[in-house]
Amino acid sequence: MNLTLKIWRQKNNTDKGAFKEYKIADISEDMSFLEMLDVLNEQLSTKGEDPVHFDHDCREGICGMCSLYINGNPHGPQQTTTCQLHMRSFKDGDVITIEPWRAKAFPVLKDLVVDRSSFDRIIQAGGYVSVNTGGVPDANEIPIPKSIADLAMDAAQCIGCGACVAACKNASAMLFTSAKVSQLALLPQGQVERKIRAENMVAQMDAEGFGACTNTGACEAECPKGISITNIARMNREYFSAVLSSDTV
Amino acid sequence: MSWVSKTLNSTLGRKVLMALTGLFLILFLVVHLAGNLQLLIPDGGEAFNKYAATMANNPFIKVVSIGNFAFILIHVIYSIILSRHNKKSRPVGYSITKASSNSTWASRNMGILGTFLLIFILVHLKGFYYEVKFGSIPMTTYEGVEFKDVFAIVSAAYSNVLYVAFYVLSMGFLAFHLSHGFASAFQTLGLNHVKYSPLIRKVGLVFSILIPALFALIPLVMFFQN
Ligand code: HEM
Ligand code: SF4
Ligand code: FES
Repeated sequence: MNLTLKIWRQKNNTDKGAFKEYKIADISEDMSFLEMLDVLNEQLSTKGEDPVHFDHDCREGICGMCSLYINGNPHGPQQTTTCQLHMRSFKDGDVITIEPWRAKAFPVLKDLVVDRSSFDRIIQAGGYVSVNTGGVPDANEIPIPKSIADLAMDAAQCIGCGACVAACKNASAMLFTSAKVSQLALLPQGQVERKIRAENMVAQMDAEGFGACTNTGACEAECPKGISITNIARMNREYFSAVLSSDTV
Repeated sequence: MSWVSKTLNSTLGRKVLMALTGLFLILFLVVHLAGNLQLLIPDGGEAFNKYAATMANNPFIKVVSIGNFAFILIHVIYSIILSRHNKKSRPVGYSITKASSNSTWASRNMGILGTFLLIFILVHLKGFYYEVKFGSIPMTTYEGVEFKDVFAIVSAAYSNVLYVAFYVLSMGFLAFHLSHGFASAFQTLGLNHVKYSPLIRKVGLVFSILIPALFALIPLVMFFQN
């Protein structure tokens, strides 16, 4: 198929940036979206032009590196990661507009690449558990009900891609942060830092300049891992019970 | 900063203030509607005027009404603080967004809907609350006791087609504000549960249609009776 691509080009963090149009021909519908961009970059390189910079790593939907705001939706029209999006989701002759994630806390580095280290700092603020060093503990030493383990695993599916922030009209990171708070708060291993975790991760989320939550649910609808906004409600509970009962004044 | 002000200034704290004041305003709507429906009793306004007098002289109601003004003010102030913060969180916008594919229109436009509600509240307060409290209004007597004829003022206002249209339109805005706000407030307070959330959403939907519709019914009925 033949396509017109409108791609955001920006030299560096301080450059203003603008859209640039590219025509691309003979794209197979079995290609992934990123392979389509690889083809474009091949062509740009042979012409001696600067290839389009975009993030990617595993290309199998598990690392969270790929991003791209495609035709008005993060990760494009399907509820999946951009690396798992295929060209069969588009039609011959389509115009595809590709933009970077837009958020104050995700500054554009170059073209479609944004700096998502604000997510790392939120995790550093409390996304860890204390464990005893020493011998290897016995398996199944700590009993955890299946239903709780499932909820924790569901939350732990978050790959930190940032589509929730990109989709949210407020550029809020509540879905991501709540998934990271929940996966540990639900488990016995997470109890030691339970209060300080909720307080510190929320404080860091705010310090990074993410927006507040209006409960529109756009994050959940766009999350490639189906993280539920029930996690946001849980984070709110965790945060307020921590604030009301912890020793931090 | 003390832990209290730190909490109330966090994004979560600000949202909880929105939710708590919003839920209070929802309760207030129910009480207010119960009072207003007495306008439809075909007794020339006697029941309504007596009710208005009881409300005006009840010290408990006085305290609640001061609280009500305070809560509206907090709700409005925090809606401005939150909206400005949220705008700043995305300094450069997208050229294309398909927001309707992932969220409802009402949920994305709470600020606009709220602004229309604020205009309505101000007009409403000026026309009724202020007039009844500080303006000169006609008096009427029932069983030898004098009452302010609030009914006459309301009835006069509702004979103006523009006012009735403005009222009905505003109730439309209220319906949309509540269609998202009702359930949203519970989510904000952390009350999301497989057993109760579906019920909360259903009650919220019914509430957001029924209460504004009943409010809007009163001026419509009175207009066509006049
Ligand atoms: C009868 C009057 C009103 C009622 C019953 C009401 C109720 C509510 C409720 C229940 C919420 C949901 C809170 C949450 O998401 O946790 C809400 C949100 C909101 N209200 Fe109101 N409200 C009223 C008037 C107003 C006015 C006058 C304004 C502004 C000028 C306003 C602006 C907002 C905004 C901006 C939000 C969304 C805040 C956010 O989540 O970002 N509301 N309202
Ligand atoms: S919650 Fe979903 S959308 Fe947000 S970072 Fe995690 S995986 Fe990505
Ligand atoms: S490249 Fe790893 S999830 Fe897409």
